[in-house]
Amino acid sequence: MLRLPRFDMVSPTTVDGVVAALQTPGARLVAGGTDILPNLKHRLDRPPVLVDLGRVAELRTIDVDGDVLRIGAGMTLTEVSEHPRVREHFPSLSQAAGLVASPLIRNMGTIGGNVNLDTRCRYVNQTDFWRSAIGGCLKSEGDVCHVVPGGKLCVAAMSSDCVPVLISLGATIVQVGPNGRRELALETFYTADGTQHTAREDGEVSTELRVPLPKGPRRATYSKWSVRGSIDFPLVSVALRIDLAQDAVSSVVQDVVAVVGVLGSRPRVVTRLDDAVGLKLSDPAFATAVATRVHAQCKPLENVPYEAPYRRQMLRVHTRRAIEALVDAG
Amino acid sequence: MSDEKREAWQIGKSHRKVDAMERMRGVTRYTDDIKLPGMLHGKIKRSPHPHARIVSIDVSKAMAMDGVFAVVTGADMPTPYGIIPWTPDETALCVEKALYVGDGVAAVAAIDEDTAIDALGAIEIEYEVLQPLFDPEESLAQSRDNPINPYARTGNLSKKVLLEFGDVEAALAKADLVVEGEYFFEGTTHAAIEPHCAVAHVEPNGLLTVWSATQVSHYLHRELAKVLEMPANRIRVIQPPLGGAFGGKSEPFDLEFCVAKLAQITGRPVKILYTREEVFYSHRGRHPMKMKYRTGFTADGKITGVDANTVLDGGAYSSFGLVTTYYSGQLLCAPYEFGAYRFLSRRAYTNKPACGPKRGHGSVQPRFSLEVQLDKAAVQLGLDPIELRRRNDMGAGAKTVNEFQIGSNGFLECLAKVEAASDWKTRRGSLPYGRGLGVAGSTYISGTNYPIYPNDMPQAAVQVCLDRSGRARVFSGANDIGQGSNTMLAVIVSEELGIPLDDIRVLSADTDLCPVDLGAYSSRITLMVGNACLQAAGKLRKKVCEAVAKRWEVSPKRVVLAQGMAIDGDDPERNVPSAQAFVWAEEDHGLLGEVGSYNTPKDRHGDYRGGTIGASPAYSFTAHVAEVDVDEETGVVDVKTIWVAHDCGRALSRRIVEGQMEGSAYMGFAEAIMEQHIVDPGHNGVHPGPSLLDYRIPTFVDTPELHSLIVEAHEAQGPYGAKEAGEGPLHPSIPAIANAIYDAVGVRMDTLPFSPPKVLAALEARRAAEAAGELAPHKGAARRTA
Repeated sequence: MLRLPRFDMVSPTTVDGVVAALQTPGARLVAGGTDILPNLKHRLDRPPVLVDLGRVAELRTIDVDGDVLRIGAGMTLTEVSEHPRVREHFPSLSQAAGLVASPLIRNMGTIGGNVNLDTRCRYVNQTDFWRSAIGGCLKSEGDVCHVVPGGKLCVAAMSSDCVPVLISLGATIVQVGPNGRRELALETFYTADGTQHTAREDGEVSTELRVPLPKGPRRATYSKWSVRGSIDFPLVSVALRIDLAQDAVSSVVQDVVAVVGVLGSRPRVVTRLDDAVGLKLSDPAFATAVATRVHAQCKPLENVPYEAPYRRQMLRVHTRRAIEALVDAG
Repeated sequence: MSDEKREAWQIGKSHRKVDAMERMRGVTRYTDDIKLPGMLHGKIKRSPHPHARIVSIDVSKAMAMDGVFAVVTGADMPTPYGIIPWTPDETALCVEKALYVGDGVAAVAAIDEDTAIDALGAIEIEYEVLQPLFDPEESLAQSRDNPINPYARTGNLSKKVLLEFGDVEAALAKADLVVEGEYFFEGTTHAAIEPHCAVAHVEPNGLLTVWSATQVSHYLHRELAKVLEMPANRIRVIQPPLGGAFGGKSEPFDLEFCVAKLAQITGRPVKILYTREEVFYSHRGRHPMKMKYRTGFTADGKITGVDANTVLDGGAYSSFGLVTTYYSGQLLCAPYEFGAYRFLSRRAYTNKPACGPKRGHGSVQPRFSLEVQLDKAAVQLGLDPIELRRRNDMGAGAKTVNEFQIGSNGFLECLAKVEAASDWKTRRGSLPYGRGLGVAGSTYISGTNYPIYPNDMPQAAVQVCLDRSGRARVFSGANDIGQGSNTMLAVIVSEELGIPLDDIRVLSADTDLCPVDLGAYSSRITLMVGNACLQAAGKLRKKVCEAVAKRWEVSPKRVVLAQGMAIDGDDPERNVPSAQAFVWAEEDHGLLGEVGSYNTPKDRHGDYRGGTIGASPAYSFTAHVAEVDVDEETGVVDVKTIWVAHDCGRALSRRIVEGQMEGSAYMGFAEAIMEQHIVDPGHNGVHPGPSLLDYRIPTFVDTPELHSLIVEAHEAQGPYGAKEAGEGPLHPSIPAIANAIYDAVGVRMDTLPFSPPKVLAALEARRAAEAAGELAPHKGAARRTA
């Protein structure tokens, strides 16, 4: 069994306590531990102290606050997936949270951890011994990229199932740090540098996700493909949100948002979907138009298993099928 | 071999495994659960280079660290060993060269694991990096002067076998149809959930005890004696309960020698537990094989001859490779009759983790090729593939073209069962495009006719003792690796002595306490150890029956031992508890103990060189039908159902046999669809994913419906007629799925695994050929493309 490195552990009970504990240079947060602990076993980091979020009660709520649903960062993925308000307003989020890894991991892992999931790469998420055989890389001990030869920017993949969905729903994230509280659109939270792929500032903790309640009829879904039916990170990951004029699949589409994960370190918000707007959701031309744009704009890399050209082709298929499934569901 | 016509009271029933409740309750103590006072933890330093000469090793800094007790290197145990005595080509730790990424170079013993890990970092090794070879054919093409493996005798050629039976060229020339195919089986590993683990302890008088998660405690015992240069009688090997093996623990590994040596040096117990990554490096899994086949058929589907040419990618060491190379050809000659057969198999050394035996050793890969060849012939000849197989069935009592004597043979019944259960006749022709059914058959050995090291002693032996409380103790050297062999022994003793399973204690795989057994490999235990046990238990039964008959003043033939009693068969009202019967027998005979042993018949194979390798006392037979759903847009193959019919001679314990059949079908399915044990030549020969996250084995939700259909063709060589059930049922999995894919969508998958990108590429090639008018649409389907 791989061993964890040695570290101290503190368990504050308030967000302020967490922020204070994060003043220790190199301190890292741990909630469910399903991402950071394997990474520590792989010696991808050696924090002097882990700040445990398990006792911070204020992170453990889901409630409607005016026209947004507040989801506390400490809610487990199982809790998010099964929560009545989430199911009622955001079925695609319920779906995505329920597709992360396996039931045991969803019982441990939190939504805050999932949106802060470190980027992943076949050349990074290995033991330190393994990485020593290839001399490391930009994200570990080396200075080369094995995915993009000659590349100077790490392209490790944003592999969260929930992030594309939350972006598609227009979610914001609340960060609390030594300089107080700030709220930013989740879409702007991610950067193109896989070694530091979020806008998190030193000493900050994500406290909640705020998802605006739908203002009109809508269909939303999440499409995930992985080799196995459980455990695996996504290899194809597409979130769709379709706002409708009336609450029927025969209705005209007023707006459509497609967000794709597992490309580089930042999810891709697909643009120029205007030609799909105005079509009926049930019109096959709508599905084709969206799938074509997704395919054209998203270029998977060899940073996760399975050939990138294959995964690119699958983006088109799975996007179209996800829309067809929405139509079939009525 | 039961001499009387008694009604079985245990044989053929379903039993709970004797160790099931302990395992379910979590109280089973596996090797890693062993904790001894003062125990140290060991770690092995491994080479980050796929091929490198070791220039120097400096352990002084590691030795100087607090908490470090000892460091050993290859120089401390330089004697080469090998599970096959003719190919000793590995050392406990690398002496001269490291041969793959992960090869063990040094080992430390420290106060705890963390200190041991830190100490590994302090060992300084200077390497001279050498050019690695990852492709077996490229490796074979090199000059013999600088072989990868320093102990190799013929360059990078690890083993070559060429055998020819009959005139193959003439047989192919006269055939109405010759199917030619090239196949590639990518390597797979065992992925047992329990990682390898070993603990060593040295008594003050020098006696060495090694607990190890091994499936061959006797061979480990021998190799420890050789490498540690100490007599075998000063060594005790114990195999604690195992968490799976599948062939991955069937030879000694570096950790067993290292714990022993480190315990000897430090005088303290030492444990080493592999990480999952190290399990992948220790490997010994299924060989990648490149196979070229030519098969001749008459117009009515009879096989005229088979010509096979195979290159095996052996990795860095021989392991069982000599046998694997033979098995890649020798085990193919049933259940179908061939007029003529030739195979050339060459095994190459490469700079990869060594390959060895995995469930269905050496014959799963060629079986894939042959069964797909048969399917191609059936299509070309316009025959039903089940009917084609029927027409080639060799029947019971046949002799194969390579002169193996086949005993009982339930292959036709296997075919009939899967045909009926899958509703083959009705459904195969009517399934829509995308859905398909495929069939495949196979045979496998029930043990090898000869032990790994030549000797005339029994291949299996069992000692059974009874005590006056009505209990039995069974001592057996056989390794229960989860396949249920301890339960099998208890069932036989229960059947013979009439006492319930709960009153039988099986003590196994302890070289101090148990008679020698060769281990859990080649599906040998039920037939060989079962026969030995039956012999011992039968002798005791006779004593007990005589003692009871004497008291009752009846013929011993009237005494029946069953249901925890001795019963008068003619007057069942007259009975006594088993304990009373055993007391009477002990009064008459003294302490009740008997031994039984088994050796194989030597008249069941050819006299040619190699004719003994692959020969078995008995052969099992299997047929599968697989049903698949192929997604034409994604290339994803969803295996819906596998029907497995297996002729095990006699199911001694039905639930265990069914479990073995399901587990085998699952394992083959996994290899067909997902598994890839490879190295990345573009990245210094690293294994791309040495973890259970990246080396994908199917989860419960991915697993098809599995239907086990037991066939029982009574085998005269087996205990109660039994043959093996642990490995044979795997073989048809892969070709049945390949053939079902063809039936579904009209593409041939001749390269494993049938991963979505590969299947999609084949579908696109077929669509292009259809568009060009070169092929008719499969099943006449009009289809949408992505």
